[in-house]
Amino acid sequence: MPRRELLTGNEAVAQAVALANAQVIGIYPITPQTTIIEKICDLAAKGAFHPRIIHVESEHSAMAAVIGAAFTGARTFTATSSQGLALMHELLHWAGGGRLPIVLANVNRAMAPGWSIWTDQNDSLSQRDTGWMQFYCESAQEVLDTTLLAFRVSERVMVPSMVVLDAFVLSHTSEPTEVPDADTVAQFLPKYEAPYRLDVEKPCSFGALLRPPFYQEVRAKLQEAMEGALKEIDEADQLWRKLTGRGWGIVSGYRHEDADILFVTSATTASTARVVIDRLRVEGIKIGGLKVRVFRPFPFEELRRALAGRRLAIIFDRNLSYGHHGIFAQEIKSALYGWRGAPPVSCYVGGLGGRDVTPESIEGMVRRSLGERNGELFSWVR
Amino acid sequence: MYTKPRLQGRPIWHVPDEEIYSKGHLACPGCGVAISARLALKILGRKTILVVPACCFAVIDGPFPHSAAGVPLLHCAFETAAATASGVRAGLASRGDTDTRVVAWAGDGGTYDIGFQALSAAAERNEDILYVCYDNEAYMNTGIQRSGATPFSAWTTTTPAYPGKLEHKKDLGAIMIAHRIPYFATACVSYVDDFLGKFRKAREIRGFRFIHLLSSCSPGWKISEADSIESGFLAVRSRVFPLMEVEDGGSTRRITVNPAPVPVRRYLERQGRFKHLKDGDIDAIQQHVDRRWAELASRFDLPKPAPSHAAPAAARGAFPGADGLARLLQAHAATLSEREREFIRELLSSMWNNPAYASQSDQDLVGLAITLSQLAGSF
Repeated sequence: MPRRELLTGNEAVAQAVALANAQVIGIYPITPQTTIIEKICDLAAKGAFHPRIIHVESEHSAMAAVIGAAFTGARTFTATSSQGLALMHELLHWAGGGRLPIVLANVNRAMAPGWSIWTDQNDSLSQRDTGWMQFYCESAQEVLDTTLLAFRVSERVMVPSMVVLDAFVLSHTSEPTEVPDADTVAQFLPKYEAPYRLDVEKPCSFGALLRPPFYQEVRAKLQEAMEGALKEIDEADQLWRKLTGRGWGIVSGYRHEDADILFVTSATTASTARVVIDRLRVEGIKIGGLKVRVFRPFPFEELRRALAGRRLAIIFDRNLSYGHHGIFAQEIKSALYGWRGAPPVSCYVGGLGGRDVTPESIEGMVRRSLGERNGELFSWVR
Repeated sequence: MYTKPRLQGRPIWHVPDEEIYSKGHLACPGCGVAISARLALKILGRKTILVVPACCFAVIDGPFPHSAAGVPLLHCAFETAAATASGVRAGLASRGDTDTRVVAWAGDGGTYDIGFQALSAAAERNEDILYVCYDNEAYMNTGIQRSGATPFSAWTTTTPAYPGKLEHKKDLGAIMIAHRIPYFATACVSYVDDFLGKFRKAREIRGFRFIHLLSSCSPGWKISEADSIESGFLAVRSRVFPLMEVEDGGSTRRITVNPAPVPVRRYLERQGRFKHLKDGDIDAIQQHVDRRWAELASRFDLPKPAPSHAAPAAARGAFPGADGLARLLQAHAATLSEREREFIRELLSSMWNNPAYASQSDQDLVGLAITLSQLAGSF
């Protein structure tokens, strides 16, 4: 039987990792991720699962260690934040290019300097092109379910997954969460059998020099796997819905069926947006919400379908590509370019370094977008 | 066709005949690491996984789809050999495999410099891996740039001005020994028997083991391809690279081979990377080497001297082939070059101090061989 517990986002990650019976876990502390690895060590100490925990000396070595373990065919996990994820950068490429189904939880935290421990998405979005799937979560329940889904999908398409959650707002906020039982998880996540691994019976090298005739072919296969992953994510989501009654979609809408205007965002801001949408609906403004949950692989079709024929899309980014604008906005616009159903788009950037994104600031964005637009690339939310 | 010398029907080097490391690798002629890999794998066996960061060996093993290693080989990022090998160990353990040997095989750049943080941490965790640093004393794969392992005064492309590198080589051995790991050794393929004995010992010990190989590089040291083994002899005999081992976190510290010393000049003068040195420079290097040796000799056990008179009593009359061996040595002495004589002398002396020949009958045989070689007069 599933049990209901009060879990923080970070505890939800740890519970999922234990339910998945991850075999090798590389750990290194960084605020606000630390409580994930503490909880994992606690669960392992209490015998909830029996992983090999490697207490490395840096995030770089944490990723190196799980890469080594993944090459033996083990189910592997690690967690980090911000500077730690940036330190891993080289090895994120190694895991993606190596086609290893590693799952990593990244707690979104702003990059220094100056030091910040609060949320924004520049850390994970800076790793966009490393060959990892990225899932942005909104609640402890979604975090738990998505971590399990990440293991399943990664192991089916042999592409690593990053489960992303906001610092403190989600990582350290307790919510009632349903923890599935082991039988349900077993039906969803079978024992992992690696299609290739280091094997003394079949000696071969992994990662050897790839000359120009081969390199691009290998990368084309990674792209193919990424493209195929959306279908796997959808199937896994459907199966989970069948087993637990919960599904999260690839993108998910709120009061969007009849909406003229869609407020598009990701992660915990989507929760705040729902309150504002309800408020504005009372006023008669036909607005709905759209949450982008899967960022890599990028859901072109799902976004086009969701945005078809709307009068306006308002995109809010808790991140910024300096010299350009919000990263979700750039990507969503790339999905809409040259497509006849494309709505006009109004872009906002705010909430950096943990600045609160309040119902009032979201309402402000909507009202401003409904007024005169002056054609600027984006507006700051201050 | 070369035939391995035999004593009582057994090869005098206990080198397994099986070749695991195959032909067709991409090493330069005379490359020290190619010889090292071939010999080390004979001892480590096929149930071994190599973890190789960016270094010459990552190229030597061959580009996709080729691999010369003969065992699974995982290429890893430059600075991650120790961390990746730790992960491989844990992954195997999670499958119930605790027998397969996990060996990190890295150059000096990946060990002394960029990979040092991960190395120190893996040693501190006492990971059950063997870390082998084949030290050719510079970034040779990228074309001879200075590393933390480059010796004082050596020419490299990034220390081109006289007198070459201004600093002494990092004392990695002291640092690794300070980690109090189960096994630390230095070795060089020029001393085959010592080399093999150390790999044999490291193979059986659990926990973190570190073997530091001096690995000659003909383009980088600017030596003849034929001088690879000779340069190793001179490195050890000049005491530039003492052969030692430390067990049980420091409880046993031994110099394993202690041949009659030669001046450092003899080691330096054969290598183009030192050809700019003046007499005063060489004197300074000699003083540095002497100081280091005195330090070592005060803290390490020295090998027992090889017998110089009669054969051990127990061997007298117990070895029917003694006359035959004496005749063989005498017959061939005249035809041997100086280098070959030196080689045989070193070999016998290292066998005498090698625990692989610890049994009384082995010691008798080796002692007898040394005695006979001395009686033969030319050795």
